[in-house]
Amino acid sequence: MTAYEQVLQARAPRPYSTRTLIAGIVSDFQECRGDRVHQDDSAIIGGIGWLDQRPVTVIATTKGETLPERLATHGGCPEPWGYRKALRLMRQAEKFHRPIITLIDTPGAYPGKEAEANGQAAAIADLLLAVSTLQTPLVAVIVGEGGSGGALALACGDEVWMAAQSMYAILSPEGFASILFKDVTKAEAAAALMGLTPKELLANQVVERVLPEAGRQFPTMLKTALIPTIARLAAMPTATLLAQRQARFRRY
Amino acid sequence: MLKTSTPAPLDQAVIAKAQALPTGLWLTCPNCHASAYRRRFGAAKVCPQCGYGLRLTAHERIAQLTQQFEQWDQQLPQLPTDFPGYADKRQAAASASGSDESVICGQALIGAHTVALGVMDSHYMMGSLGTVAGERLCRLFERATQARLPVVVVATSGGARMQEGIQSLMQMAKVSQAVAHHAAAGLLYIVVLSDPTMGGVAASFAMQGDIILAEPHSRVGFAGKRVIEATIHAQLPADFQRAEAVQKAGFIDAIVPRSALGAKLAALLALHEGC
Ligand SMILES: [Zn+2]
Repeated sequence: MTAYEQVLQARAPRPYSTRTLIAGIVSDFQECRGDRVHQDDSAIIGGIGWLDQRPVTVIATTKGETLPERLATHGGCPEPWGYRKALRLMRQAEKFHRPIITLIDTPGAYPGKEAEANGQAAAIADLLLAVSTLQTPLVAVIVGEGGSGGALALACGDEVWMAAQSMYAILSPEGFASILFKDVTKAEAAAALMGLTPKELLANQVVERVLPEAGRQFPTMLKTALIPTIARLAAMPTATLLAQRQARFRRY
Repeated sequence: MLKTSTPAPLDQAVIAKAQALPTGLWLTCPNCHASAYRRRFGAAKVCPQCGYGLRLTAHERIAQLTQQFEQWDQQLPQLPTDFPGYADKRQAAASASGSDESVICGQALIGAHTVALGVMDSHYMMGSLGTVAGERLCRLFERATQARLPVVVVATSGGARMQEGIQSLMQMAKVSQAVAHHAAAGLLYIVVLSDPTMGGVAASFAMQGDIILAEPHSRVGFAGKRVIEATIHAQLPADFQRAEAVQKAGFIDAIVPRSALGAKLAALLALHEGC
C-alpha cells in the first residue's frame, strides 16, 4: 500500500460511528457538553463512562454521520470552543483522578473566521500547556486522520496509539504539496515523503502501538487493549507518571 | 508624498519617480503601503506613517533590545533529514538571515534585568519550528528554570518546519512541556509577538506567556488568511489577524511600538523581580 492509499483509507468511513466506538469502549456513557464560556462544539464528543470497572473520561473528535452533522462539525474540524471543552473535561477528570482516553479523527483545527477570532491558536496552546502537567493518565488513540496541531492538541498522552488504517502528519498531504511544491495535485508524492503511516511512526517512536485492523470488532479490541494499560498508568504515583510523560516528549 | 492610511488620490508622477530610483533607497511599508526614503524608517526599521516594524533579523533584534547578550546552545547537531533540497534551503536561509537557525537563544540584559531570551528570525526559513529551534527553546526554558530567570521570547514564525515533518510537530509539545515546568516554578514568561506569528508557533509557546505583547499591525493567528478565505469562500477584512484585532478579541495584553519595547519589558521585569 502506498502512503497516499494509507491517507485515503484513514479518511474513508469506518464500519462504526464515533458514538458506536465510544459505546464499545465504555458502558453507561454520560455526555458532557459545552466549554462553559462560549458554546458547544459538535466536532468533539466528551463525557464519562465505565471502562470495565473504572470511571474514565472519553474525548473524541467526530466527523458526524449525517450530512447536517458533517456540516456542523466541519468534517471533524474542531473550533476553539471544542478545544476548550476538551480542556474543561480534562480538568474535570484530573479533579476526580479519572484517566482520560482521547479518540482522534480530524483533518485539523477548523480554518474559519470565527475560529480565528476566538483564539484557535490560544486554545490549542492552552491544551498543550495543560496536558504537560495534568495529574491523571492520558492515552490517545488516532483512529482515522491525525492532522497537524489540531490533532496534536489531543494527542499529548502518556501513550499514543494508532489504528492500522490511520495516519498522523504535520499537515494534510494536499496542504503539504501546496506549500512545498506549490502544487496541490502533488499530494501523492508529498504523502510518500511525510512519514505519515503507522509503520513509520512506530519506527520513529512517535507512537507506542499500532492496533491491527479489526473492522466492526475494532471498538471491542480497543477496549481490551485499553483496560490493562489504563490500569497500569492509574497505579503509578503521579510524580512518576508526569516524569515519564515529560521524558516522552523531551526526546523529540 | 506619503500615502495616508485613509484612501487618498495617488500622485502617479511621484510613484513613477520613486520606482525609477535605485532600489534600496526607497522602502514600501508592507502594512500601509506608503513609500518613504529608507532612512526615514530609522535604525529600528519602523514605518514613519503607520508604526509597523519591518521584519528584523534575530541579530538586529538582539542589538536593539539588549544591552548584553551571550548565546546558548549554538552547536546543536541538525537532524539528519533526506528531504529533497532541505540542506540547500538551510544554507540559503543562513546567508539571508545571518543566523544559523530560526531562533537564537541566550542570556541577555534588558535594562538592568537578566533574562533568558529567545529571538526568532523570519529570514531563516520563515522562522519555522524545526528540531534544532525546538531544542534551543526547550533548553532556554530548562536553563531559565534552573537559574530562576524570567524568559522573554520574541516570536515570529510561519509555523512548523514542513521539511522535518512530524518531528517538527512534536516540538510544539516538547517546548510546551518546558514552558509548563518553568511556569510551575513560579517564574515569569513574557512573549513579544512580531509580524508574523502563525501556525504551530502561535498554537504553542507564543500563546503561553504570562504576559503577551505585540508589535503594531503584526499578523497573529493559526490558519493562514488565504486558507481561511478558500475554506469559507469569502474575503476577509484587511485587519483580520492583525494584532489590534487580536487584542480586541482578548488575546494580547498590550501593543507596544518597537521604540518602547525595551522600556516596557524592563517595567514588567521590575514588577516581577526574582520571578
Ligand atoms: Zn506603514
